[in-house]
Amino acid sequence: MANLLDVHAISKHFGGVVALRDVDLSLRAGEVHCLVGENGSGKSTLIKILSGVLHPEPGGRIVIEGREYPHLNPVQSTACGIQVIYQDLSLFPNLTVAENIAVAGHLGAARLVNWRTLRMTADAAMARIGASLDPDARVEDLSIANRQLVAICRAMAADAKLVIMDEPTASLTRHEVDALVRLVADLKRAGICIVFVSHRLDEVMEIAERVTVLRDGAKVGEFPAREMDDKKLAMLMTGKAFAYRTRETDLAKSKMVLSVSHLTRAGQYEDISLDIRAGEIVGLTGLLGSGRTELALSLFGMNRPTSGEIRLDGKPLALKTNAQAIEGGIAYVSEDRLNLGLVLEQPISSNILVTVLDKLPSRLGLVAEETRRRTARKWIEDLAIKAPNPDNAVRTLSGGNQQRVVLAKWMATQPRLLILDSPTVGVDIAAKDGIYEVVRELASKGVAILLISDEIPEVFYHAHRVLVMRRGRLTGECVPHGSSEEELQAMVDA
Amino acid sequence: MPRHDDRSLAGGGTRVGRATSRWTLSPALLRFRRSHEFWLLAVILVLSLALSLATDSFLTLQNLFDLLTSNAFVGILASGLLVVLIAGGIDISFTATASVAQYVALTIGIRQGFGWFALFAVAGSVGVLCGLINAIFITKLRISSIIVSIATLNIFYGLLIVSTGGKYITSLPKFFRDGIAWFEHDDANGMPYALNLQILVLVLAFIAAWLLLNRTNVGRQIYAMGGNKDAAQRLGFHVLRLNILVYGYLGFVAGIASLVQAQLAQSVTPTVLVGKELDVLAAVVLGGASLTGGVGSVFGAILGVTLLAILQNGLVLLGISSYWNQWFVGLTILCAVSITAWSERRRRAAKAIN
Repeated sequence: MANLLDVHAISKHFGGVVALRDVDLSLRAGEVHCLVGENGSGKSTLIKILSGVLHPEPGGRIVIEGREYPHLNPVQSTACGIQVIYQDLSLFPNLTVAENIAVAGHLGAARLVNWRTLRMTADAAMARIGASLDPDARVEDLSIANRQLVAICRAMAADAKLVIMDEPTASLTRHEVDALVRLVADLKRAGICIVFVSHRLDEVMEIAERVTVLRDGAKVGEFPAREMDDKKLAMLMTGKAFAYRTRETDLAKSKMVLSVSHLTRAGQYEDISLDIRAGEIVGLTGLLGSGRTELALSLFGMNRPTSGEIRLDGKPLALKTNAQAIEGGIAYVSEDRLNLGLVLEQPISSNILVTVLDKLPSRLGLVAEETRRRTARKWIEDLAIKAPNPDNAVRTLSGGNQQRVVLAKWMATQPRLLILDSPTVGVDIAAKDGIYEVVRELASKGVAILLISDEIPEVFYHAHRVLVMRRGRLTGECVPHGSSEEELQAMVDA
Repeated sequence: MPRHDDRSLAGGGTRVGRATSRWTLSPALLRFRRSHEFWLLAVILVLSLALSLATDSFLTLQNLFDLLTSNAFVGILASGLLVVLIAGGIDISFTATASVAQYVALTIGIRQGFGWFALFAVAGSVGVLCGLINAIFITKLRISSIIVSIATLNIFYGLLIVSTGGKYITSLPKFFRDGIAWFEHDDANGMPYALNLQILVLVLAFIAAWLLLNRTNVGRQIYAMGGNKDAAQRLGFHVLRLNILVYGYLGFVAGIASLVQAQLAQSVTPTVLVGKELDVLAAVVLGGASLTGGVGSVFGAILGVTLLAILQNGLVLLGISSYWNQWFVGLTILCAVSITAWSERRRRAAKAIN
């Protein structure tokens, strides 16, 4: 059977930067295909070329159903049945389900709305994929999963033969992902080709036939999805292997940085005593609700303990506010990187410097532009943040690099103790590796680190010692070197 | 092909948008009962009832007639501003536009001996031109619409005052002063009533806005663009064309309204219209239109204008000092907007729990 779509030797440069280099891609009708790669690997450029928004450089060929398109434009792309569902779904929240599905009708030649035709178009599209949404409900009242269903219906209404979905499972629950997988199986049976675009191993890969991997604008290869697993995919995407060993460092002679004794906050945690030495990474794990986050907030001055003592470098600290904690040399990076004070629209440099502005050398309270620049650049280099320009908005960075900006922001305060609460939630395996590297480096510079995480392997392979918390109490301690993941898991589950 | 219940996709959530109720209302009625318009209508009815009981003069043909006539200017402008707000923009320059259109149309009209049609055509064209200027700056240079319209308000108004020296035009043509009076009849006290220019244009303006927003494809594009501009662009909406349409439409409506106002005032005063833009904005927002775009209805705008009109009229009839007027208007807007925001939050919270 002929392919639905073939692209050959597609290249694209932006300025001097290679976005795509000689990339081939072939898609068959009724196939589920995954297109994976890290941020900046060229996935989105390729999608834009397929949707006609960008044009490939001379030499590349685009063949759709046997016909060659030398200058594929958005109108032709749509007419060929190519539909892209972006991660934000591009729906109109204020309009009804029916109107969103049949919105293309508003762009036709007719001046007047034919509400009956519009409704019939919407009903037909929903019937094709067996969706039973209320056509009169407003889209803003729907769950994310149902909104996605509306977006798929809209693609159906446009007679899609190829549906490209950008990160479709990123904001779905496990349950919703299962429903999406069933739906995709149906679309496949109806002869529609579905392309999933992702930067991680997705649940949807279970039903995919082939995986195309891009790295730095070039195609690494095309692989049967059956043979893929997390580690292999990460290897292909990044060109690096990720294998970790437990850490063994003798820190007995190192200076004590944090020592907490009998710390209690009624109703949250009780009688917590722990020490962290300079250069030591102490893992803290436990089930949700074990009190670990509450404890971390207390160490950062945002949750006053009822009794007990916190000493930093031997001096007792009475933390009433987080400003005092920062002053004392404690930094805290919380769970959700988007909520921990990154101002996404502001430049990277401003985000890094915000914690230290009043400490930079200044004249009459004004910091010289040159000083700002130099300081920001230093941290960008130190933490290997991949940013072409420190004046770009943080929003333009990938998730992993945003996470590094957060680290840079706190490192700029030159903390004695760094508390990391689930630092790798939602980032891909390569970005995780980057973060671990940064954490190791910080530790080697003598910072004491408290690494809080749900993920057993994370604390097992990256901490010198792991403390287990349960119902507000420390219930166990594990030294990974010479122990096993299973043993630690058992302590958590106990 | 097996059917997917959306319930499975919603992760066990309830079916959205088709709630059951103790009363068996049709879905459309149920939706209305939860809407902003429903609450506004209820408030208007309660207020009207109270005023009818408290005063002899509220529920009289004469008062209602006066109410309509004197609020026509604000109402007509509201129908135009609504369209801009739904498109996701804002424009406060329309009072200056109206002042310019009024002056230009009547100056030329008197000199050339224009009739009704020509007067409206000139005033409308001047309005469209002003709207076009706004649209081009807002779309082409992507300047925020509030800033552009603050600037153009001052530019239009400044030019008008400088070139006219703020002089009145009082010698208006006789046909213009007489206005129109269709379906004339006398009430029991011998007072003549007729369908006058103000009421006629007011009704036409609301019908036109309703047709534009609900019956034309371009109207639906306006709603869609106001709801999600990025998505509209991705789907190939012609944003510049839509902006020219909405700002041009408001300009046109402002031009028409300016003549309606001049006829009522029986004179042209360049300084009298500017300053009313916030009253119009208040009425439209009170009617449920959102400053972030995509939300609002002609019915809501009518109710917003009505509520403010009745409130002001009621205070006069009750003999309350006019100094209290603004205080009440402000309070009403704050209450109405708070109630809507609060009920919306409650609805969302209830859904989150489900």
